Amino acid sequence: MTQRSFEILDVTLRDGSHAMKHAFTEQHVHDTAKGLDLAGVNYFEVSHGDGLGGSSLQYGLSKVDELKLIEAAADVCKSSKVSVLLIPGIGIKEDLQDAVKAGAKMVRVATHVTEADVAAQHIALGRELGLKTVGFLMMAHMASVEKIVEQAKLFESYGAEVVYVTDSAGYMLPHEVTERITALKQSVGCEIGFHGHNNLSMAMANTVAAVEAGATYIDGSLRALGAGSGNTQTEVMVAVLERLGYNTGIDLYNIMDVANEVVAPFMQRPQEITGSSLIMGYSGVYSSFLLHTQTAAEKFGVDERDILVELGRMKAVGGQEDLIYDVAQSFAAKKAQ
Amino acid sequence: MKKLKVGIIGSGNIGTDLMYKIERSDALQMSVMVGIDPDSEGLKRAAERGYEVVANGIDGLMEKLELVDIVFDATSAKAHQHHSDLLVAAGKKVIDLTPAAIGPFTVPTVNLNEHFEKPNLNMVTCGGQATIPIVNAISRVVEVEYAEIVATVASKSAGPGTRANIDEFTHTTSKAIEQVGGAKKGKAIIILNPAEPPILMRDTVHALMAADGQEQAVITSINEMVKEVQSYVPGYRLRGEPQFDGRKVSVFLEVEGAGDFFPPYSGNLDIMTAAAAKVANEMAKQLMAAEV
Repeated sequence: MTQRSFEILDVTLRDGSHAMKHAFTEQHVHDTAKGLDLAGVNYFEVSHGDGLGGSSLQYGLSKVDELKLIEAAADVCKSSKVSVLLIPGIGIKEDLQDAVKAGAKMVRVATHVTEADVAAQHIALGRELGLKTVGFLMMAHMASVEKIVEQAKLFESYGAEVVYVTDSAGYMLPHEVTERITALKQSVGCEIGFHGHNNLSMAMANTVAAVEAGATYIDGSLRALGAGSGNTQTEVMVAVLERLGYNTGIDLYNIMDVANEVVAPFMQRPQEITGSSLIMGYSGVYSSFLLHTQTAAEKFGVDERDILVELGRMKAVGGQEDLIYDVAQSFAAKKAQ
Repeated sequence: MKKLKVGIIGSGNIGTDLMYKIERSDALQMSVMVGIDPDSEGLKRAAERGYEVVANGIDGLMEKLELVDIVFDATSAKAHQHHSDLLVAAGKKVIDLTPAAIGPFTVPTVNLNEHFEKPNLNMVTCGGQATIPIVNAISRVVEVEYAEIVATVASKSAGPGTRANIDEFTHTTSKAIEQVGGAKKGKAIIILNPAEPPILMRDTVHALMAADGQEQAVITSINEMVKEVQSYVPGYRLRGEPQFDGRKVSVFLEVEGAGDFFPPYSGNLDIMTAAAAKVANEMAKQLMAAEV
């Protein structure tokens, strides 16, 4: 078998948790995992959308305990490995230990792009537990190239084997991706990954840019099931990258089948670029704010776009879902005056 | 009236801010600043203001025990155990601002009266001091099955100790939400935001009440509690009205610091030192009243 050009990591069962309002069932996970394994995806992620321990009033309670979902996924894997997301400040080290007992083989420790130093212990634990250990720099559009390099070096120094540039807001354009991945390739020794969102319809173009600049881990989700307008669409990415001459190691028909026959039927809405997700991409707002913003806008009778633009102006970071309701309420109060 | 003499171990930012707050107290007399680096800014500042300075840590302080009645510890959890053992054996009151939590969790507006006689009191965490009063304000009206707090602080206000041990925040705060706040189950989340200019500390409390229908009483209780906290943190305030959704209530807060040593955006650090100073102040008043 020829060697894969890179790893395509599927995040449907984690990023898709946002779009599903955290209502994945063991059946959903079982069937999707089975399809991903069959198609030859080496790594896929299963967690609450906000990572281990994310089940909360702040982000949404999980319908089914994520440990059960991780177990359901790990149980059907013949060769794929289950990844989990851990955001320090939300999840804790014990959550990771539990996830490993449930079958996780990879951890991606995620911080805001400027805050890598909160992750030292969690990355060290990942290595200690023998996991493939990844550092995930979220909202990468909010920092300069130099800052990203500095933070990636921190992750690497803690033991990360891969460092991701994560376009959580779907804000980045291909030249910006190229610039960041290229700078990282030149300055860190570990592998580089890219995770995109499609709020400006740039996810695929950004992914291609990342691969061409040397990224060796790239994320996608089936039918683009992820936060905001979703991620780079895994099955389309396989087709595109094969056409570009890369070897993805993934069977196109099999990956299409799991997308269309398993995932599409349980999706609650299509992954369109709506007015709100477009504004998220345009103003640089964390993609998982989408459905919370809709709820808050309805509750307070204000325009979703006004809330999102304000959140962008306030430089909200991932996890600040409470701010959405605070902003919506203050707009409603102003309107009432 | 005789004031109680205060020692502060840890001459860093927290210790310095605390010193300024002690200076304003009418029951406490700032006495000695204890550090481990004779060249540290904190020790210099204390010396310039006319206080005794000890530069060889707890060992130095143990030789000058007559200088202190109450000792604040603003070092680390690891160091605190040793400090506390020595000081408590010498009959001193210890107020712990580290995550060590040897003594009971103490939140001034909630359970201070229960713990006056204890030798060592722990100040929980910044997020705990900001949110547990609200959890308690709800739980004194209606049973709280679950409470979750989200503390968002400016990146510049989160020191290296907090960053390296971020899980400690989660562990300690969740426990205190249950033990002091009165929720059956607690959860804590902390978020660092690097925006410039730095943001004020924001805290949100989400609680699941055992029943709805008590909204007005809950609001009244929260408003009363906010006023009480404002007595020692004037910049502690609600943002908007509490939001109800069935049995769920969400309360939004912001904490602006007094700007003693920390900039006002560091409400998270200010509320810790302000709460610790408040505890010592009340303790001093009680002890003095008992002597009279």
